[in-house]
Amino acid sequence: MNVGVGLPTTTPGADGALVVEWAKRAEAGPFTSLAVLDRLAYESFEPFTALAAAAGVTSRVRLATMVAAGPLRPTALLAKQAASLHALSGGRLTLGLAIGARVEDYEAAGVDHRDRGRRLAEQLAYVRGRVEEERVGPSREGIELLVGGGSGPAFARMARYADGYAHGGGPPRAFAGAAARAEAAWRDLGRPGRPRLWGQGYFALGDVEAGNAYLRDYYAFTGPFAERVVAANLTSARAVKDFVRGYAEAGCDELVLFPTVSDLSELDRLAEAVGR
Amino acid sequence: MKVTIVGGGPAGLYLAILLRKADPGVQVSVLERNAPDATFGWGVVFSEETLGALRDADHETHLAITDTFARWDRVDIRYGGRVLTSRGHSFSAIARKRLLEILQERCLALGADLRFHQEVGSVPEDADLVVGADGVNSLVRRAYEPDFRTRIAPEGCKYAWFGTPLVFDAFTFVFRETEHGLFQVHAYPFDERTSTFIVECREDTWRRAGLDECDEDESLAFCERLFARDLEGRELLSNRSLWTSFPKVTNATWHRDRVVLLGDAAHTAHFSIGSGTKLAMEDSIALRDALVARSWDVDAALVHYELARRPVVERTQEAASESAGFFTRVAAYAGAEPIQFAFNLLTRSGRITHASLTVRDPGFTRSLDAWFSGARAGVAPPPVFAPFRLRGLELRNRIVARAENEAASGAALVLSGFVAVSAGGRISPETPTIDDWTPAQRPVLLQLGHAGRRGACLPRSVGVDLPLPDGWELVSASPLPYGPYSAVPTELDAPGLAAVREEFVAAAQRAGELGVDILELDFAHGYLIGSFLSPLTNRRRDEYGRERLRYPLEVLDAVRAAWDGPLAVRLSVTDWARGGLAVDDGVAIARALAEHGCDLVHTVAGQTVHDDRPEYRRGFLTGLGDRVRAEARVPTLLGGHLTTLDDVNTAVGAGRADLCILDLPSSAVEADAVPPSVERQAVST
Repeated sequence: MNVGVGLPTTTPGADGALVVEWAKRAEAGPFTSLAVLDRLAYESFEPFTALAAAAGVTSRVRLATMVAAGPLRPTALLAKQAASLHALSGGRLTLGLAIGARVEDYEAAGVDHRDRGRRLAEQLAYVRGRVEEERVGPSREGIELLVGGGSGPAFARMARYADGYAHGGGPPRAFAGAAARAEAAWRDLGRPGRPRLWGQGYFALGDVEAGNAYLRDYYAFTGPFAERVVAANLTSARAVKDFVRGYAEAGCDELVLFPTVSDLSELDRLAEAVGR
Repeated sequence: MKVTIVGGGPAGLYLAILLRKADPGVQVSVLERNAPDATFGWGVVFSEETLGALRDADHETHLAITDTFARWDRVDIRYGGRVLTSRGHSFSAIARKRLLEILQERCLALGADLRFHQEVGSVPEDADLVVGADGVNSLVRRAYEPDFRTRIAPEGCKYAWFGTPLVFDAFTFVFRETEHGLFQVHAYPFDERTSTFIVECREDTWRRAGLDECDEDESLAFCERLFARDLEGRELLSNRSLWTSFPKVTNATWHRDRVVLLGDAAHTAHFSIGSGTKLAMEDSIALRDALVARSWDVDAALVHYELARRPVVERTQEAASESAGFFTRVAAYAGAEPIQFAFNLLTRSGRITHASLTVRDPGFTRSLDAWFSGARAGVAPPPVFAPFRLRGLELRNRIVARAENEAASGAALVLSGFVAVSAGGRISPETPTIDDWTPAQRPVLLQLGHAGRRGACLPRSVGVDLPLPDGWELVSASPLPYGPYSAVPTELDAPGLAAVREEFVAAAQRAGELGVDILELDFAHGYLIGSFLSPLTNRRRDEYGRERLRYPLEVLDAVRAAWDGPLAVRLSVTDWARGGLAVDDGVAIARALAEHGCDLVHTVAGQTVHDDRPEYRRGFLTGLGDRVRAEARVPTLLGGHLTTLDDVNTAVGAGRADLCILDLPSSAVEADAVPPSVERQAVST
């Protein structure tokens, strides 16, 4: 299993310099990917822009949206952003898409929230397919496409259009359950081989209280669920190691750990905990 | 720290005990609406595992409870004039009333404040923690229903909960056929004088029997008459034993600020797996553990509690729903061989499998295996290795492998994958047609189809239903495109209908020349023939629209006339979409196919339309295949991501399928693909 790390694009106090420095260090460290979250109506960097900045200072790591809320963007624009980032980074993009859970983001984007599932399916078909009469280059060939979400239709969209599944986080057992559903969908849709499986988690290895406070704020829209996310925050090297081992045993291909504190020492501590 | 518990049932009282024990400084009051000795229901059941948890949590109550327990390790199934017995199921039961007495005494000894006859009008204000342990109709839950996002739905059969002075010596299921339909009993002893005796039946049976218009005495008399033999002349006892439907309660969350739900207030699990009280008391233990672990920080503890309990509770609720579904469908299994009926019953919730039952009761599975393989005596193979006969063809076991899954080389049959009847019926340019296909392995099931409106797509290594930039002309039942960017198909006209039918016939003849073992026609997943079956995809105004089965049956009849070997049909038994085919429709179609000479129904679901709502998990088709086999009385081939031989043994042994597709997990495939010698080399270099 590979281990990637999130960029601090949604954590309080992160600035451009930190994001770029973070990307440089992660490139040198044991990590195989740099990933971003996506939130519109929240103090945070736009995911494709942030990954483009990271692309400029890296050449090895994969660059991933984990995940982007596809329907917030017009389809052709989304495809062009992804294709451009893929081309500019030398073919390193993993495009994770899902419907996104926040109504506020849809309101801020001026997009109807109700038919988001249908719109995402359309976007996936566009990004992955060869839609005629489009001149929206560059080529999208070779973009690794992931789909997230926990519903039956989400698994079906994943198996129909994508290369793999982007899990939304939780204990290894929850991941294993979702992985079985992803494989069931994959076989049902008649795909050869098996889906790539990406997992994710949060960590705070220095200022735990600051990390937890950020998670409470970031997930405030989910009500009591926010506390569950806080409870799962990995706050010690031991917790990180156990989590990594649990995910590896559950069949995860790439586990991305997201920071909750905007501090480079967090990245160093994680590198040490993951240590290879 | 002040804790107010609303509801003096097992969950509330047990929590009071555990909290007082954990910290005598905590003030605990329990508010109960009724008198100390008022209770509804008769006995409650615990498994060995639950008893272990109770022993660890509070030794004194464990001693008192186990002292008055009724215990058994047998399940008796009275069915078809026989009694089937399975051993090794360790269970204990206690009178609910006795359990409450024990808990009340222990509460008082530990200094909890018990207040009876306390009608609680609103959620108490003056506590650091308010616990809603007030049962299925919880007032505490209803006070914050929008926050908890409560859902309540009836589940399973109509039932009435009686007692009887007859002491059964095993957990006893009784199945009794009547002119109104099938009635079932779940009975078990709970003290030295009394047993619980639950009677249930489907709602239609209940109405036909006139029970909807009976009062309490009349329905009790009805049940006494019906089960006189099983009651050995004893009477039934009533305790507000009215007919009712079981309410399945779920909540999106179980806590809000300093208010938390426990037991039935938070979640219910159908009584047929006997886990309600067990879940409630385990909730109490988990809440105590959480409060202690989080040093009585209520907010953190409630999160901790819910995180710990939710996965366990959800798995139990899932198993309970499977079990409830089994008892609503059980009439369809009447006529099964008693040993198979009993095995089906024991494995109904998915918690017991062939392998785990073999551990508990090896004699039982040995009897099943012997009956299944037709062996008289001695050692018989488990169901998965029993041969299967289909129209003169004998398969050596029940395992079917997908062509690409090389790991299943021990399979009795290999699926060909989709082979098109013609170039125009291909899914993608890489789909083989019958003219360029030859069997790579034998015995082989040739999957013959016409892609219809799902044709002319990119290969499935890229994705599914992604149209080719310049594909070929598509046809379907009606001119409706399949998915985003799909081309609009042409409605198949009369010459087209005849031509496709003849393509199927010609392909069947070719299959005969190629020595194909089983021929399968693909009527599923929204491909051409399947598109005629569903109202979502067939909007024709001609006779093929008025009778949506007409064209598929014409194709089946024509192929049947040209092919005398085993013939299978792959069928989506539900569209998983609003306005589409439901399972009842799918079962009726399967029945019609069987009447027209189909020997085997390959049960699948969905994909009729691209925006359906499938439910994926391991074994996601087993329930559907079971219904087709039991209700349409036709042999079935079942997929749905069965990943172990135990899955197959259980499904085949219980009569839920005849043949199963085994999907070995991909990790196992990869591991097996590397021979040990290669690995050693890699290490040494």
